Amino acid sequence: MPPVSMGYFYDQGDSVCVIGAGASGLLATKNLLEHGFAVDCYERETGVGGAWNWRHDRSPVYATAHAVTSRPATQIPDFPMPDTWPDYPHHSQILSYLERYADHFDLRENIWFGTEVVQVRPAEDHRWDVITRSTGGGTERTHRYAAVVVANGHNWSPKLPEYDGLDSYQGEVIHASAFQDAATLRGRRVLVVGAGNTGCDLAVEAAQHAKACWHSSRRGYWYAPKYLFGRPVDQVNERVLAWRLPLRVRQWLLHRALRLTVGDLTRFGLPRPDHRVYETHPIVNSQLLYYLGHGLVRPVPDVARFHPDEVELVGGETIRPDLVVFATGYLPRFDFLEPRVLGIEDGRPHLALHMFGRHPTLAVAGLLQPDAGLFPLVHWQTVTLARWLRLRSVDPGRAAAVWSWLNGLAGRRWSHTRPKESTRHWFEVSHVRYLAALARVLKRLEVNA
Amino acid sequence: MRDILRRRDVYRPVPAVRREVLTARPAVTTDRPPLVLVPGFGGGAWVYAEHWLDHAAERGFAAHAVSLRGHGESGTAARTTLRAYVHDVVQVAAGLPRQAVLVGHGAGALVVARALARYPARAGVLAAPVLGGPGVTGLATLGRALVRNPVGTLPAVVGGPLRLGRRQLVSREVPAATGREYARRWGRAAPLAQWQLLCRRAPEPPVGDPPVLVLGSPDDPVVPVSALRRAARIYGGAPLLFPGMGHALMLDARWREPLDAILDWLEKA
Repeated sequence: MPPVSMGYFYDQGDSVCVIGAGASGLLATKNLLEHGFAVDCYERETGVGGAWNWRHDRSPVYATAHAVTSRPATQIPDFPMPDTWPDYPHHSQILSYLERYADHFDLRENIWFGTEVVQVRPAEDHRWDVITRSTGGGTERTHRYAAVVVANGHNWSPKLPEYDGLDSYQGEVIHASAFQDAATLRGRRVLVVGAGNTGCDLAVEAAQHAKACWHSSRRGYWYAPKYLFGRPVDQVNERVLAWRLPLRVRQWLLHRALRLTVGDLTRFGLPRPDHRVYETHPIVNSQLLYYLGHGLVRPVPDVARFHPDEVELVGGETIRPDLVVFATGYLPRFDFLEPRVLGIEDGRPHLALHMFGRHPTLAVAGLLQPDAGLFPLVHWQTVTLARWLRLRSVDPGRAAAVWSWLNGLAGRRWSHTRPKESTRHWFEVSHVRYLAALARVLKRLEVNA
Repeated sequence: MRDILRRRDVYRPVPAVRREVLTARPAVTTDRPPLVLVPGFGGGAWVYAEHWLDHAAERGFAAHAVSLRGHGESGTAARTTLRAYVHDVVQVAAGLPRQAVLVGHGAGALVVARALARYPARAGVLAAPVLGGPGVTGLATLGRALVRNPVGTLPAVVGGPLRLGRRQLVSREVPAATGREYARRWGRAAPLAQWQLLCRRAPEPPVGDPPVLVLGSPDDPVVPVSALRRAARIYGGAPLLFPGMGHALMLDARWREPLDAILDWLEKA
């Protein structure tokens, strides 16, 4: 962390600082403005859209990336996408959607582009000193804000697994975040490690463009097709959820539906799923099984170790790829904050509702892995934040009571099942349970005007 | 607490239809918010094209009149309900480059009242609102329509088309031939949505706390003044009244007065 020792600061009064102008930062900015707060949003890049803006160096999107949730589950609740758009919009459509959102609600005049946040540290009276500078250098400035909303995203800092011999491996190794388009794969023999939504997309991409493709996964997963009974699969799932059946019955129904539509995964050479559906983050991919069935993707087990010129798999088989792509996910990073300020232990934040840490005026937006679209959840998260800050300023007494109740929610999980333990499931939430919890908080935050 | 899960919008999205939007833009760009004008049941975008669109543009407001599905030149879809009408309005508003003002007339005001809960409008305007509902004012509106125009209203009670008469729409200041032409062009709404007028639930509160203006005429043969007062009270205000006008404020001879009042109010708000 750079030395920051200026004693003076710009006093921004009751303004709120939002860090990041990606989807979550835009939602936070708009909802805070709507609740009457002055907002300064800092964005290290020169445009909005964060991860969805492929021009940004930290953007993980690749040329063929489409949403894995359908349009009605993806769009912002009070700013719908055009109903003429396809069921699963392309990433460029999502970027244009976020840009239109920023223009429609006049958000850009509150965003400081090309400015990164270097440090955020607590000041007196629950206020915050935010130290900023131009991206990549320049003078640092300190601003004091009444509250800070962290919306720096959690899909930009690659998580790379450790394997014996990886350092001396002579083939090319990249993380999926560095993958942009099929040119990287053309004519090469590719090993894709990881069977998340990105891993499956990349395996499909490699099947179409590479000379050969191995797809390595640690365990058997459920692969939901994008369409079930002619409807987007998440819409079918939502219909079933609305029947309010017990989890076991829903799992049985979905197992039946997948059995009838997708069929037996072991026939494709995949391991049988070692868990019930809903217990891991959903994978939605219709094409992977198609290419498995055409022999263009070869499923292989986990990597055991790397040798200088080959890769040894669990079970002893060796393969010789030219390129290894790790689609192994991302880790959250808050370089500008002392870990204890957010309650981070071993890299893992422990936040009430995945949102509130130890300080009533510091919150995180968008740190969620939902089983549905993310934007609706972050919309209601940021509405909750704005209402929380409003209650705090108009009725401190009641706010204190709500705060202790909120703190009681820390450590609570919001997923339907106990997901498999891994960093990927740290922020796993069921959208139904999570929104129900937010609705309860919103009810408590109502201000009797 | 309002429902924030909104399941039905996910598992049964409103189908897209072609939407007729008639637009008048000011000659030079201004910083005034765009208007989305929603006609009442049976009316199409044309009712605003008659006078209001151009006048709003002359005063520096981009104005967009929408035909709800099944009305005017917009497409139709099966099983159209209020939810689909609200969808149409929100789609048009969210498609504009800037935050819009929603203006609804007649039962279109009910559509706007509901759209305000789904889209944070700059402001809302309810002109001669028919908010319906099973309460006293809803029944008073229905009773009044039955007395004034039994032939046009009775079928609606049993699910048939509601037809408004010339004398309900415009005052005597409009030439009889023109009034008859208006009444002829006035179509009908979807039967399900028409039913929902009678038995719908109260709209959710607006999002973003927009200012809402209610206006109408004390001599409106469709909307009793008690309904205007009640509607205004929901939004914490008093109705703005224009004596001597019929229900269709935008078609009546003195169409300019209510529009100027709306635009003045927007300039101040």
